[in-house]
Amino acid sequence: MSFETDLNRLEEIAAALDRADLSLDESLALFEEGIARLRAASDALARAEGRVTTLVEQADGALKERDAGN
Amino acid sequence: MFVRDAAPGETAETALTIADLTQTAKAILEGAMPPLWIRGEVSNFTAHRNGHWYFTLKDASAAISCVVWARDASRIPAMPDEGMQVMAHGQLSVYAARGQMQFMVRALEAEGEGLWRKAFEATRARLEKDGLLDPARKKRIPRFPTRVAVVTSPDGAALHDITSVIARRNPTVDIVVVPAAVQGESAPASIVAALERVARWRGADVVIIGRGGGSREDLWAFNDEAVARAIAACPLPTISAVGHEVDVTIADLVADLRAATPSAAAEAAVPVLDEIVAGIAVLQQTMIAGVQRRGTIARRDLRRMAGDLSIRARRSVERRRARVQQVAGRIDALSPLNTLARGYAVARDAQGHALGSVTAFSGGQDFSLVLRDGQVGATVTSVHPGALPTARGAAR
Repeated sequence: MSFETDLNRLEEIAAALDRADLSLDESLALFEEGIARLRAASDALARAEGRVTTLVEQADGALKERDAGN
Repeated sequence: MFVRDAAPGETAETALTIADLTQTAKAILEGAMPPLWIRGEVSNFTAHRNGHWYFTLKDASAAISCVVWARDASRIPAMPDEGMQVMAHGQLSVYAARGQMQFMVRALEAEGEGLWRKAFEATRARLEKDGLLDPARKKRIPRFPTRVAVVTSPDGAALHDITSVIARRNPTVDIVVVPAAVQGESAPASIVAALERVARWRGADVVIIGRGGGSREDLWAFNDEAVARAIAACPLPTISAVGHEVDVTIADLVADLRAATPSAAAEAAVPVLDEIVAGIAVLQQTMIAGVQRRGTIARRDLRRMAGDLSIRARRSVERRRARVQQVAGRIDALSPLNTLARGYAVARDAQGHALGSVTAFSGGQDFSLVLRDGQVGATVTSVHPGALPTARGAAR
């Protein structure tokens, strides 16, 4: 669940930067990480529309997703 | 003369067998009375090992033996208590082996849904004993799921509600339907199997388990102990969504979150996309403002440090200057010039070397005398080595 991880981490980073009690190096490193995660989260939101699928169990017991309605 | 055969049982010769008698009575009773509801108080209840239940229903003045066959008993949520007022639906019949009238119960209900409540409480107590209702074991529901699994009927209203609410709130979220029968006798096993698939697959962030509203019997699968245990065992966070606001099921108690309805479950599971985007923008601004503020602090620190440095350098120069002056003062005090000022003279040769001993002089040698206010050229006329006259000698 990388989107969740990214957003949770972003909140931590924003809170840490907001306190401004870090060294300049730490601040800059956190900011860089924050920007990377921000980009990842934004990309995830910009992706194509979500799908509706059905989980089906095959004869061999393997679980596969199939487009709903088929 | 017309001779008529005697009817069965009319004469001793045509006496009926007991089997014929009870069979006839049974046929007449069952033919005359269709299945119906009766009410009374339960007494002498016995659950036989083979699954059949036996008891007597009575009121102030009458009693009837009742039986519930195992097949029917399994559909009744709980055994009635002694003295419980119940309504029984069934068929009046005859129990041939004893020649007794007997009521064959197909369905049993207690006043105030007593049997459902009893079954509910019994299941709840067993789950509680096993620690499955402990709030501490509830998993956190993810705040930003990207894939939501839904265990429900693929044709039900619940699935429609959930997919439309999710599509409205956040159309980027994937929905994976895990089909299960949600009512009828096969429902508990079907729901357990679906949950087992979800647990094995693990391809979602959160699982919604539920169905739309219905009668108490329709929702009963969600009070099933096996279903409750499957929900508790699910490694993914679970949200129960059964029926309407007022319906609380065992599944609700075990799930990590209880939603009042399927729509509410979708709302609880999936945050609104616009709000996420706005939240991310706020985080971005907070980060930028924070790092800028840190930069400002760094610049200010740098300026202050530079200032400190120049102050310190100036102080250091001043300290050295003071020290030089102090040393200079001490040097002044030791300087021979001070001695000269008191009226003494120094003899020096042509090269400026001080002549401090009679051995440095020879007759006729030119030298100079340095005094407080100038120099005097001189020539040696005689040299007299010997002790310096002391003040005491001079006095003598």
